[in-house]
Amino acid sequence: MLKNRIIPCLDVKNGRVVKGINFVELKDAGDPVEQAKIYSDGGADEICFLDITASNENRDTIIDIVKKTAKKCFVPLTVGGGVRTIQNITDLLLAGADKVSINTAAVKNVDFVKEASKKFGNQCIVVAIDAKKVSENKWEVFTHGGSNKTGIDAVEFAKKVEVNGAGEILLTSMDKDGTKSGYDVELLKAITTNTNIPVIASGGVGTLDHLYDGIVKGGASAVLAASIFHYGEFKIKEAKEYLNSKNVSVRL
Amino acid sequence: MNVTIVDYQSGNISSVINSFTEIAKGKVNLEVTSDIKKIKFSDKIVLPGQGSFKSCVDSLNNIDGLVETLNEFVITNKKPLLGICVGLQMFADVGYEEAETKGLSWIPGKVSKIDNQKGKFKLPHIGWNEIEIEKKSKILKDIKDKSHMYFVHSYEFIPEDKSVISATTDYSTKIVCAVERDNLFGTQFHPEKSDKSGLKIIDNFMKL
Repeated sequence: MLKNRIIPCLDVKNGRVVKGINFVELKDAGDPVEQAKIYSDGGADEICFLDITASNENRDTIIDIVKKTAKKCFVPLTVGGGVRTIQNITDLLLAGADKVSINTAAVKNVDFVKEASKKFGNQCIVVAIDAKKVSENKWEVFTHGGSNKTGIDAVEFAKKVEVNGAGEILLTSMDKDGTKSGYDVELLKAITTNTNIPVIASGGVGTLDHLYDGIVKGGASAVLAASIFHYGEFKIKEAKEYLNSKNVSVRL
Repeated sequence: MNVTIVDYQSGNISSVINSFTEIAKGKVNLEVTSDIKKIKFSDKIVLPGQGSFKSCVDSLNNIDGLVETLNEFVITNKKPLLGICVGLQMFADVGYEEAETKGLSWIPGKVSKIDNQKGKFKLPHIGWNEIEIEKKSKILKDIKDKSHMYFVHSYEFIPEDKSVISATTDYSTKIVCAVERDNLFGTQFHPEKSDKSGLKIIDNFMKL
């Protein structure tokens, strides 16, 4: 039986791990390579790096971090943030990433998703969708870390990226991100029932029950969380044992 | 001992290189190349594969003399080869991803899309799944039944002769996830991404 995945996410800025509360007020908290190793030793099913370095000059730092991490962690490694060109993807994959996550570039031009999945295979193309609720059962896609409104319906966009070769969707609720009040389960449900590719839930985890809700109520194949693991509130193992005790199958 | 990872531009092989390098440390001379001479004289070959069946077969054929060299290595000289993911799938006679494409015909059978029961099971099959060990296997030595391995694929290898199957996994149907016949080894899952159990399989292959 396929197991539900738990994915700790490390936000990296200029080579250091940070975690934003609603994407502002960043706190500095550690070396990404060491953090990733701790997570993989602790039973993380995958590791995710989100590069939030703004300037292009510092883009090489993430490549260097990926290189070092990939030599120590033998679980899948996903890297996102600023992935805009085929060359960006080539560089990350050569450094040792297994998947890349594409956000703004996919919204701007969905053909980029198609081109990327044709070149590298859909197994390594994750499309990250940042969505905000606009009315009852309606969500809109946002870009640039949640600051730009696009007018695009999130469910329609999810279907579109699936058709264009996305292997997975990383779905973040911008309303919930950083709030610790749980995933937007309705948003998750809307996306998981309208697509046939795995969906990774993100944004809002504060308790282990939230992970359960994302999988069982939202239909997510994987759950991503940052702060609850990062600040040591829970260990990956505790999260897995909790889910297992509630009959959610996980890799123990 | 010389172990060669065949680099035939089949997509991302960094993780394969990293994990084999970790196990090879100081014991095995590891090469990553498409140089036919080097491949010929190595003791063991690793054949990775990412992307579609068709794109991998096309990439193999793009390198002059590579398929002949691999045939000689596996069939005539009977030296060990490990195929990973599409690397394993190419053992088959034919694959149906993108377009009907001839495989290497090392193990009779075909590669078809996983029957996901009309969308009941999401594709690709991504993530950690348990493997069921079906027969005694050299590369699965000391791997416990129901160990977790990391999978990413939408197509499955269906061999005609079921006795080659060394492990299966349950996803919609029983999917063949490891095969073994004499000097020929293959895994549908990614040992290079399967944490300690995966590294153990790589170690087993190195020690053959």
